[in-house]
Amino acid sequence: MDYLKKYPKLFQWLFLLIIFFALCFSIDVPETYKFIRGQAEFVKDPNQSTYVFLGKEVRYYAFDVFWRLPPLLGWLPIWINDSLFFLMNEWMPMEFWNEDTQEYKTRPLVLEISRTLTSFMTFLIFLIRETLLGGLETIVAFTSWDWIDKNPWAELPGLPWTIVAAGFAILAYKLSGKGLAIFAGLVMVYISIFGQWKPSMQTLSFILVAAPLSFLFGLGLGVAAYKSKRVEKALYPIILVMQTMPQYAVLVPALVLFGVGDHAAVIITMIVAVPPMILLTLIGLRAVPPEVIEAGRMSGCNNWQLMSKVLIPTARRDILIGVNQVIMVCFSMAVISAFIGAKGLGFNLLLALNQLNIGLALEAGLCISLIAILLDKMSLAWANKQTDYFGNLTFFQRNKNVLFFVASVIIGIILAYLGSFIFKDTFNYLFEVPHNKGISTADFWNKGVDWIFDTFFVYIKAFNTWLIVEVLQPMRALYLRMPAVATLVLVVGAGYLIGGIRSALVVCALTLFIALSPWWDRALVTTYMATFGVIMSCTIGFTVGTLCFQNKRAAAFMLGVCDIFQTFPSFVYLIPVMMLFGITDTSVLIAVIVYATIPATRYTIEGLRSVPAGLHDAATMSGVNKFQRLTKIEFPLAFPHMMLGLNQTIVFALFMVIIGAFIGTEDLGQYILKALSDKNGAGIGLTLGICVAFIGLIFDNLIRTWVEQRKKHLGID
Amino acid sequence: MSEPVIKCENVYKIFGANAEKMLQQSNGNVDAKTFQENGCIVGVNNASFEVSKGEMLVVMGLSGSGKSTLLRCISRLTDATGGKIFIEGQDLLKLNNKELIDLRRNKMGMVFQSFALLPHKTVVENIAFPLQIKGIKTEDSISKAMDMVKLVGLDGRENYFPRELSGGQQQRVGIARSLAVEPDIWFLDEPFSALDPLIRKEMQDEFLRLQEKLQKTIMFITHDFDEALKLADRIAIMKDGIIEQLDTPAKIVLNPATEYVRKFTEEVPREKVLLIQDVMDTSNTGNLGDLKVSKDEVIENVAEKILSQERSVAVTDENNKVIGSINPTKIINTVFGGRKNSN
Repeated sequence: MDYLKKYPKLFQWLFLLIIFFALCFSIDVPETYKFIRGQAEFVKDPNQSTYVFLGKEVRYYAFDVFWRLPPLLGWLPIWINDSLFFLMNEWMPMEFWNEDTQEYKTRPLVLEISRTLTSFMTFLIFLIRETLLGGLETIVAFTSWDWIDKNPWAELPGLPWTIVAAGFAILAYKLSGKGLAIFAGLVMVYISIFGQWKPSMQTLSFILVAAPLSFLFGLGLGVAAYKSKRVEKALYPIILVMQTMPQYAVLVPALVLFGVGDHAAVIITMIVAVPPMILLTLIGLRAVPPEVIEAGRMSGCNNWQLMSKVLIPTARRDILIGVNQVIMVCFSMAVISAFIGAKGLGFNLLLALNQLNIGLALEAGLCISLIAILLDKMSLAWANKQTDYFGNLTFFQRNKNVLFFVASVIIGIILAYLGSFIFKDTFNYLFEVPHNKGISTADFWNKGVDWIFDTFFVYIKAFNTWLIVEVLQPMRALYLRMPAVATLVLVVGAGYLIGGIRSALVVCALTLFIALSPWWDRALVTTYMATFGVIMSCTIGFTVGTLCFQNKRAAAFMLGVCDIFQTFPSFVYLIPVMMLFGITDTSVLIAVIVYATIPATRYTIEGLRSVPAGLHDAATMSGVNKFQRLTKIEFPLAFPHMMLGLNQTIVFALFMVIIGAFIGTEDLGQYILKALSDKNGAGIGLTLGICVAFIGLIFDNLIRTWVEQRKKHLGID
Repeated sequence: MSEPVIKCENVYKIFGANAEKMLQQSNGNVDAKTFQENGCIVGVNNASFEVSKGEMLVVMGLSGSGKSTLLRCISRLTDATGGKIFIEGQDLLKLNNKELIDLRRNKMGMVFQSFALLPHKTVVENIAFPLQIKGIKTEDSISKAMDMVKLVGLDGRENYFPRELSGGQQQRVGIARSLAVEPDIWFLDEPFSALDPLIRKEMQDEFLRLQEKLQKTIMFITHDFDEALKLADRIAIMKDGIIEQLDTPAKIVLNPATEYVRKFTEEVPREKVLLIQDVMDTSNTGNLGDLKVSKDEVIENVAEKILSQERSVAVTDENNKVIGSINPTKIINTVFGGRKNSN
């Protein structure tokens, strides 16, 4: 009885677990139940039950409601689909002036908006792309195809790669100095001589449109949310869901709205990249000390000056993290949006992965990663740039960067011109190295992969089989064996024990949405894979983080490694694991583990670091040894922050599990991928995405609530 | 006397949803307790005072006494709930946004407790900031800012970032920034509270030196009674939003108006605060010794001389005319007598 009084929470949890297991054991698996694979779910089956809601017919296999809830939300995807269709094709037809045909044309409003938006995006992308690579579209946009036919000389010639490379190096030098300049130059030269120039520039033109637009929109909306509570309230749920929504899932509805191509990719990228930017802008602005704002006001700032010269610069740290996120998302999307026809490295990467040409995939992936790191560093340097007011500079010193660029343009043009004589019969390598004419290491890597396979096949296979048979299959079976009611009780109970009735209700609503969708079984599989990944990632991340924390330099190094790894687009992680483990669940899980270990490690180090130095000294003076200090002082205090890391780890793991569908998993991701090629996929894709987002949000809610309480309890913030 | 630079008439600041309505109903008779029961917090309660040109008014109070709120009402960083505030005769509360910005750009400067420097700007950029906001060209503003850097003794550190400076140096930047536009009115909100005692003393002396040179009209907020005594021409002591007493340091020490004020004055070393004229006897000018002391001397400086006399000592004004006398016992009573001796 004493124990009960001493640890009431412990007994509450035990009680919850007992109920959970009791439910699990008392509810038998229905005889007709089996995990449904693939297309079978769309085949009409006389055993299926049906119901009609809002005019939509939903078919499903009926089970005991304690075992699986009926898909009462099954009409939602179909309904979303129909609404989208209606919006695009029938709602509010209006007359619009058509420039090409010189006449009025009737078109639905949404369709017209979408077309105007896409043509604007297309114009922006092509403007940059054709500056870099040459082409006609931009000139056509200002004139017409007829005009081009009459004036065949009118074509943007594109810049020789030497000039672009020099330009990047000079810009990097101006922003940061020699180090970055050399890095920029090397990256560009590498891209060129390895024959990745064209796709790289295509990707770059996509990024140079998507990233600044996302930044501006995010900043603008963040400021609006800061100024108006109402805007914030309206934006908050969107931000929350988008944070845990897999990027895949947005593709499908956007496909319907904006069609296929680079422009659609830009819009989708903005949808994904803007929410974190808004959030970080808001966090940054909120953290500006009130006295700084007053100082700005007393300096005579008007509202605009206060925002642009005081608030935003003071919030720079958080806003920069936002920029970093935007760039990450953009590169990540540069790959994913290849699914909807965006050109560039991402397309090549997907193609190579599809053909199992690991070498080619590796090259493309490396290019994307290098450009991502370069842009990330350049944006950082730009934000930290300082002006020198006192340097007494000569004309040359002040304008040397411009002069160097002009010189490099001239030299580049001359070289390209000379090149046209030197390489008369082949390609002008001084202008552009064609895609298949560069140096390629693909064969080397492919042979390496073959060699690894030949040499270690037995061991890899054995490991693979062991993992799947002994660990993954049983775990999966366990998850699927949970009756829906038991899961619901467990999750809601956990919500109640952690955050009280409010948390319980939120979590209950989120879980019910998934349980009532047609994809509960799939969601369980997604959760099982994510759970496995998260457990492994946290074990590794917490261990590595703790070990690295023991040494200042190791910690700094590890954080640097995390930074770089985080910049890699998520798809890139699939390449090496496919090299080693081929197309299996193991590959996906290992990619998940690698990817999700980044936040686990980072937050562990940061959390341990944030333990105040005074406590360290106090502990040392109490005579603790290193191990005691770690367990008694540092872990308890760092734990809340580490739990936030766990939260991130879960989100990362979910993302990767969904992306893993590309390799072939049987979870929600598989259906999202399938929705991409389904003409009625928009609703399905979106609903699936929301399901995944809700899985993330359930954990997010529980962890955050716990962390906040714990922080209050410990008196840290 | 010319028009006061700052003039407050029955200024109220009450936080809460129904503040204005409740204030109107109360007919100027605000009781903090009844307001609090209705969800309002009284920040400033019926403050009326004037500050004339070149004068330094120190508002002293403990945390939560409403002193910072009062300052923010006068700089209109928050709007007063009731009452009138005049800045050089202009009704502050009637200014529109543009006029207010104009007033701040040209007439007001403010220093903050936590320095409130812009972290992304260097020392010289921070100081030039109000000038650039005004629309002055970059070069001119930087050269003007450099003058300010020299004024506060930070030469050689103009390209440092605030994070690279010590607290005292940061506050020098804050002071320089607030002075950059050459304001007539200078607000200082606990400018030295965040500094170490030694640095604080150094900054106070520096501040007095600056004020000697600049002769600004100053409102200075502090929670440190000693600081108030050292700097002030007049002190306003606040408690729970009410100004308990507003007077010269000497008069406050000698005649604390309320029990609350008395508590502050008890520990004050009177010989350091009071002047001879504050304690002299003007009725008795006969039968004096040869020693003469000026009425403007601080007691501490002449006490030894006076105590060595047996008879009363003559007190003279600036024209060396005898205007009163002081008895050695009076000195002893003043210094050691405690509160009983407060005339």
